[in-house]
Amino acid sequence: MVLTDAPTKIVYERPEALDPRVTHYCPGCTHGVAHRLVAEVLEEMGEVENTIGVASVGCSVFAYNYFKIDFVEAAHGRAPAMATGIKRVLPDRTVFTYQGDGDLASIGMGEIVGAASRGEQITVIFLNNATYGMTGGQMAPTTLPGQVTSSSPTGRDVKRQGYPIQTAELLSTLEGSSYIVRRSLHNSREVRRAKQAIRMAFEVQKHGLGFSLVELLSTCPTNWGMTPVEARDWIEERMLTFYPLGDYKVSPAVAEIKL
Amino acid sequence: MAKELIKGNTAVAEAALRAGLEAYFGYPITPQTELLEHLSARMPELGRTFVQAESELGAINMVYGAACTGKRVMTSSSSPGVSLMMEGLSYIAGTEVPMVLVDVVRGGPGLGNIAPAQGDYNQIVHGGGHGDYRMIVLAPASVQEAVDLTALAFDLAEKYRTITCIMMDGSIGQMMEPAELPPMQPLKEEIPDWAVRGTRFGERRMLTSINLDPPAQEVMNFRLMKRWQEIEANEIRYKGYYLDDAEYVVVGFGTAGRISLSAVRAAREKDIKVGLLRPITVAPFPVDVLDDLTEKVKSFLVVEMNSGQMLEDVRLVVRGRKPVEFFGRMGGVVPFPDEVLTEIKRLVDGSLITEGHPRDRWLSRLAETIGSGENNGSN
Repeated sequence: MVLTDAPTKIVYERPEALDPRVTHYCPGCTHGVAHRLVAEVLEEMGEVENTIGVASVGCSVFAYNYFKIDFVEAAHGRAPAMATGIKRVLPDRTVFTYQGDGDLASIGMGEIVGAASRGEQITVIFLNNATYGMTGGQMAPTTLPGQVTSSSPTGRDVKRQGYPIQTAELLSTLEGSSYIVRRSLHNSREVRRAKQAIRMAFEVQKHGLGFSLVELLSTCPTNWGMTPVEARDWIEERMLTFYPLGDYKVSPAVAEIKL
Repeated sequence: MAKELIKGNTAVAEAALRAGLEAYFGYPITPQTELLEHLSARMPELGRTFVQAESELGAINMVYGAACTGKRVMTSSSSPGVSLMMEGLSYIAGTEVPMVLVDVVRGGPGLGNIAPAQGDYNQIVHGGGHGDYRMIVLAPASVQEAVDLTALAFDLAEKYRTITCIMMDGSIGQMMEPAELPPMQPLKEEIPDWAVRGTRFGERRMLTSINLDPPAQEVMNFRLMKRWQEIEANEIRYKGYYLDDAEYVVVGFGTAGRISLSAVRAAREKDIKVGLLRPITVAPFPVDVLDDLTEKVKSFLVVEMNSGQMLEDVRLVVRGRKPVEFFGRMGGVVPFPDEVLTEIKRLVDGSLITEGHPRDRWLSRLAETIGSGENNGSN
């Protein structure tokens, strides 16, 4: 083996803002990717030390263990209310919530709609994996029609169990929301696009332009009963048709921001 | 400062603001709403935070967030709204952050009505939210006392990193009385060491109520209970009236205590040696003074605007050593002093027993007044 004299270049490093601990997330789960993107963006913006995060209930209940930033842990669904309380008394800090779909779109629908409609100056990172991950894969408000879960064992029957909630579309109808987009974490191109959206969402907050939310389609191989690769493909084949990626709300002032 | 004629809800709102309230989050509900309305005008004037939340769930969790920054924060509601806040209160207790809650109690259960009541005693004093925690509960009997207890509520909450509840009957919230408001205090400047604020201001802070390791959770529970013992040792407050030579003692808090005082005075005019013990802190409960009185007096009468909730705390102290009788009105019905006077006379005239439960005896007497209470759904 021949070693070259060329200077080595670091092309991949853990962000400073992430604690180098062993992950508790399952193999193939995209929470780790989402954590990393948030950490990278806050670092690039120089906001790590000025940020307070709000963790939610679900698999990401321990999100605060991974970020080397100040954190609080909310009750199930209540993270946007808690973030409201923090941001209102510390308006010069960056405040974000990190929530899953069971947390945000089911039990927490009142709090997220309230925060968005008030135009709270907070950023919401919303992971949608179409299931309740932490409790073992039950039907979520986002579970697709026909999708088998541990509480819809014959597949979600829309006649009895209703339809999934399209959160980004719903919140984009509110005048108070300024930046509402949906991205996905199922391949590297989409991960890069997701990062740009997260950056924009935090820029919206930094510019004082109102409520921002990035919905991230995410995998849950363990509860979907798939390998990580199959799970990635399932997003592409099944979730994207029901949850199209796109910019659902970009207020005129936000459109002026140049990254 | 001169006294002014002011409504209880408005007075508490203004007193809180003058005590350095930095953020208020609330939701309208009768008979509490004037408190929210007053602050909706006053807080923005002073550049402080006021948010009308989407629900009581929203309000209490906004309080939770703001409390984690170490600022002086409060919310207020009335019974059904406070039920909705129980989840948040448990989390706040579990995170050991200070806050003040004002519960302007109305008739219940359920939607009940908007008349003054004391039916929230068990929910507020003996828990409500899940898990092992206590909160300090102050029960004013007048608008002035409510004003005076407001600044104290914040001080106690911050001293013990706990929740302090001002539990005032709807009558105290709605009544106008002359009261003297305190002077405006400056906002507190120091941020407590435990508060979240961003790591550029100091070491990393993480505030949570989760503790997956049972032994570690038990240590936390132990710390809360040790703190509660300290509160029990230092923060008991009550008012005694005519207790020095009393042979009979009425025990009542808030409005029921105040009505009982009128009855006690009327009884004194008839040379009945009766006194009144009015707990101001219903949690911690004034155990020692009640224990001392048990040694000295012939019998007790507990008067409440509920079905005898504090009665159980009184019985735990008296422990059958002396007869305890009960008189209450429920569902938003306010007792008249004459009714209480009649009950005092029963103490003096009757041959009292320590067997059985005073609630059962009271319910049979009450049936004679209000009927059997059968309900076939036809209203």
